[in-house]
Amino acid sequence: MKQTMKRKKRRTDVIWTAALSLLCLVYIYPIALILFNSLKTERAITTTRIFELPDAETFASLENFVYGISEMDFLASFWYSLVITVTSVLLILLCCSMCAWYISRVDGKLSRTMYYLCAFSMVVPFQMVMFTLANTADTLKLNNPFNICVIYLGFGAGLAVFMFAGFMRSMPMEIEEAAMIDGCSPLQIFFRVVMPILKPTMISTGILETMWVWNDYLLPSLVLDIRRYRTIPMAIQYFRGGYGSVQMGPMMACIIITVVPIIVLYLVCQKYIIEGVVAGAVKG
Amino acid sequence: MEKAIRKFWPIFVLPTLGAFAIGFLWPFVWGVYLSFCRFTTVQNVSFVGLQNYANIWIDNTFTHAFFFTAAFTVVSVALINVFAFALALLLTRKLRGTNLFRTVFFMPNLIGGIVLGYIWKTLLDGVLALLDRPLLALDATAGFWGLIILMCWQQIGYMMVIYIAGLQNVPIDLIEAARVDGATDFQTLVRIKIPMVMSNITICLFLTLTNSFKLFDQNLSLTNGLPGKDSQMLALNIYDTFYARSGPQWKGIGQAKAVIFFIVVAAIALIQLRATRSKEVQQ
Repeated sequence: MKQTMKRKKRRTDVIWTAALSLLCLVYIYPIALILFNSLKTERAITTTRIFELPDAETFASLENFVYGISEMDFLASFWYSLVITVTSVLLILLCCSMCAWYISRVDGKLSRTMYYLCAFSMVVPFQMVMFTLANTADTLKLNNPFNICVIYLGFGAGLAVFMFAGFMRSMPMEIEEAAMIDGCSPLQIFFRVVMPILKPTMISTGILETMWVWNDYLLPSLVLDIRRYRTIPMAIQYFRGGYGSVQMGPMMACIIITVVPIIVLYLVCQKYIIEGVVAGAVKG
Repeated sequence: MEKAIRKFWPIFVLPTLGAFAIGFLWPFVWGVYLSFCRFTTVQNVSFVGLQNYANIWIDNTFTHAFFFTAAFTVVSVALINVFAFALALLLTRKLRGTNLFRTVFFMPNLIGGIVLGYIWKTLLDGVLALLDRPLLALDATAGFWGLIILMCWQQIGYMMVIYIAGLQNVPIDLIEAARVDGATDFQTLVRIKIPMVMSNITICLFLTLTNSFKLFDQNLSLTNGLPGKDSQMLALNIYDTFYARSGPQWKGIGQAKAVIFFIVVAAIALIQLRATRSKEVQQ
């Protein structure tokens, strides 16, 4: 009887594997569709001919890519997105881990206020502050890719402080106390003792914040001067919404060059990304 | 030790607090104030009391967007969580290719909302054209289901990963004990697995609920509210009131709408957290 049950389980498993493989194809299809359309000539990319594969006649080689990159000024956009993401995430990681350490080691009004502020900031929708924030950013000259990280720090602090504080509560205080007795100042304790222990949480938090900042559209589009600085999401939106007739080929080429680096990065550090998501969910 | 650290608060807390004040607190307080004002730029602001709140209902776009968003949220939260949980169950059965499946299902999360919207617009318009149906920009119902499909495609993988983590933490001996006692697969699922992953359900419901309710990028790129303003969700409606309408009264109305939006989002988040937290199993 056990034998038949096992065989039965094996058979259902095969069916499920087949079904899931099929679902995988469905998942990949939209991106594949954009990929092969980005290789077609403009005339072959109409709504009715979108599902045709490129053939000898409609194959456009890399024309769309060359045109898209130059027209959209893709390299500049890529640079701005990169600068914003790297500076913002580093700033968030540094400031929020310090803040979280203070909150979890000092009990007082300041700590409690910060904690509630973080919780509060996570529920407020961006539309609530978008207009006034854009104005504040203009006044304080935070409206360029090099200073906008201050705003991202303000917005990303909630999640980051929670994740760090959640981890620190489970960290033994004895090590820090020992360091203090040995004559370390709080700054030394933080950078020499706490920071190294925090590394896994740093990676998880860094990944969650990177996913958010890199893909964020509304905040930079309201804060930055769109004629001078366009991040990748802004450039795609501008490309599509800016003028009357959209050139589909270059547009799809741009989507592909936006998506491919992300997918490659994902495949390389998949383990960390998924761990980061789980950690964020459990602590958040 | 506490005393020593306390002295260093300007170094540890002040940067975050300062950025918080600039990027969040001040704009928030100022935004609440402006919702009681008539303004076009921040230079000419005149206090008008509750007039903006009354004027929200001059046209029915806000009400329409509210019901559109509410319907969208209910459908997408239900679909995403059911499918994500089902996939998580399948992927914890030690099937062949589990890692590959997980990789593929999670992938869409890394792509930004704007880009996702355009990818799906291309695909869905193609399908609609094949079926001889009006395109997304002409049909709000198609727009609604388009958004649902897009959100499912994007979010199922994320929630699935969270559910998988929960299911993997269910102690094996608990399941085996149930099996020895003669529980069916369905009974183990309902009586053991689901109660044990309740905290993951809480967080997934919270995430999908707030994500769906606050959805903006995907709405902007997939349908842009078309036809007319029929497929506008709340966030896009507020954006549209702020930046796309001419006339001196609209910015104040937009800000008033944003305040109401905030209150609704906060209320939903609190009620939901309280409701599901009480069902969690203490471990």
